[in-house]
Amino acid sequence: MSEASLHRGISLHRIGAMILRYWYLLLSSWPRLLELLYWPALQVITWGFLQLYIAQNANFFARAGGTLIGAVILWDILFRGQLGFSISFLEEMWARNLGNLMMSPLKPIEFLLSLMIMSLIRLAIGVIPMTLLALFLFHFNVYALGVPLIAFFCNLIFTSWSVGIFVSGLVLRNGLGAESIVWTLMFGIMPLACVYYPVSVLPVWLQYIAWTLPPTYVFEGMRALLIENTFRTDLMLSALAINAVLLIASFGAFLALLRSARMQGSLLSGGE
Amino acid sequence: MTENDQGSSWPTVADRSLSAAIAVDHLVKVYKQTRAIDDISFSLPRGSITGLLGGNGAGKTTTIATIMGLVLPTSGRVQVLGHRMPEDSASVLGRMNFESPYVDMPMRLTVRQNLTVFGKLYAVKNLSDRIAELACDLDLTEFIDRANGKLSAGQKTRVALAKALINQPELLLLDEPTASLDPDTADWVRGHLERYRKANNATILLASHNMLEVERLCDRVIIMKRGRIEDDDTPEAIMARYNRTTLEEVFLDVARGRVNGAQEAAR
Repeated sequence: MSEASLHRGISLHRIGAMILRYWYLLLSSWPRLLELLYWPALQVITWGFLQLYIAQNANFFARAGGTLIGAVILWDILFRGQLGFSISFLEEMWARNLGNLMMSPLKPIEFLLSLMIMSLIRLAIGVIPMTLLALFLFHFNVYALGVPLIAFFCNLIFTSWSVGIFVSGLVLRNGLGAESIVWTLMFGIMPLACVYYPVSVLPVWLQYIAWTLPPTYVFEGMRALLIENTFRTDLMLSALAINAVLLIASFGAFLALLRSARMQGSLLSGGE
Repeated sequence: MTENDQGSSWPTVADRSLSAAIAVDHLVKVYKQTRAIDDISFSLPRGSITGLLGGNGAGKTTTIATIMGLVLPTSGRVQVLGHRMPEDSASVLGRMNFESPYVDMPMRLTVRQNLTVFGKLYAVKNLSDRIAELACDLDLTEFIDRANGKLSAGQKTRVALAKALINQPELLLLDEPTASLDPDTADWVRGHLERYRKANNATILLASHNMLEVERLCDRVIIMKRGRIEDDDTPEAIMARYNRTTLEEVFLDVARGRVNGAQEAAR
């Protein structure tokens, strides 16, 4: 993969080859497929029943139906989107296949695009059944959100890709010793993204940090929609602008870490 | 793209490197305190098979990885098939390939799936025909629909070789191509490499610890020690210079520092 040739002729053929590689991998292991479905289903069932219980005992939640379960679904889009991206990347590290790819005509941008597409595929396998469970068990139809759902989804998936690109670069540079970052970094963002509570709950100084994260705008936007029936386009546009910056920055960081990996000779080893 | 780029002037090897498959000029690679490659230069003509010999830590793998663009040099230049690496790698990566014990083929994919994916990455035309041809040549047919992880070491090596040949490369870089193979399979692989080189006028650079392999396959040998080139000639000339009958004896002389004044002068 050449850094210099980054902008020269992206090949859909090579991106297709990588997607085919991950598709073969998914189909080769039913436990992996099952795992994609298992956790999202477990999440929505647990939080769905909790929401039912709270709604029966608290006026606010009875009025703001769906905020918890909606937050769970949107959080899973963010978290599973990043995992879908990063796990496909980790598969190459686990398989010691990265050297083969780096030596092939595949370019970094093509590699990252294929990982993005795979994150969408993995997300669809996990989250669509989750939304159907929410509909049939708890009568929460996330698709009824309509156009705002597209805005929420796009902003969350862009953030998940930024985080995925950045942590993949860290693993590329530091080997599998950095693998735990893949699984934990998003949980570090969770308290500041205000998934289950409004930003106003945070201390004022922490609110400034929270507003630097695009997911914060999405979860605030979701609450505004479900509680006040207002779609806050201003929040979505702000999130989109920050996401654009994050995507560019994460791609730059990935290239810098790839170059550093080449300097250190860690592309061939990739170990701990 | 080097850590200490010395500008655009590289006239001394420019003409040579246009016709050479590989041209390495004053290559240095330093990892923290270790000089893995210490100012080496060589040029390989197209259609040649060259053996890179040396003990563990001699710098063979780093040299090959730098030629492939997987490692950035600290200083010096590498040109492959007339293009500078890694700056212009997009122009050559489709025309070269490699096999190394440091990388594996994905274990969960079948042999056919692996070859399909890599064939598509290399934009191989008539891919199914090419896979069938390789399966026949390398005797993969019996297990072509078996997962790579379920193959024996010998079968995996043949699959890795099939991947390395999928794009009919003009340049093949091989790091220990017969390591961990039984003598029969190793001999069979050597025979196939010889046939491939003759049929395609391909250039092959192979790093090996197997002296018999190098004697049989290579028309030139580069001996490395502690990141430097200790000797560089035909196997026959090197054996004559060291007054030895096998490359293994030469290897031991170099590894143990038994180099006399005449050989120093020859170097």
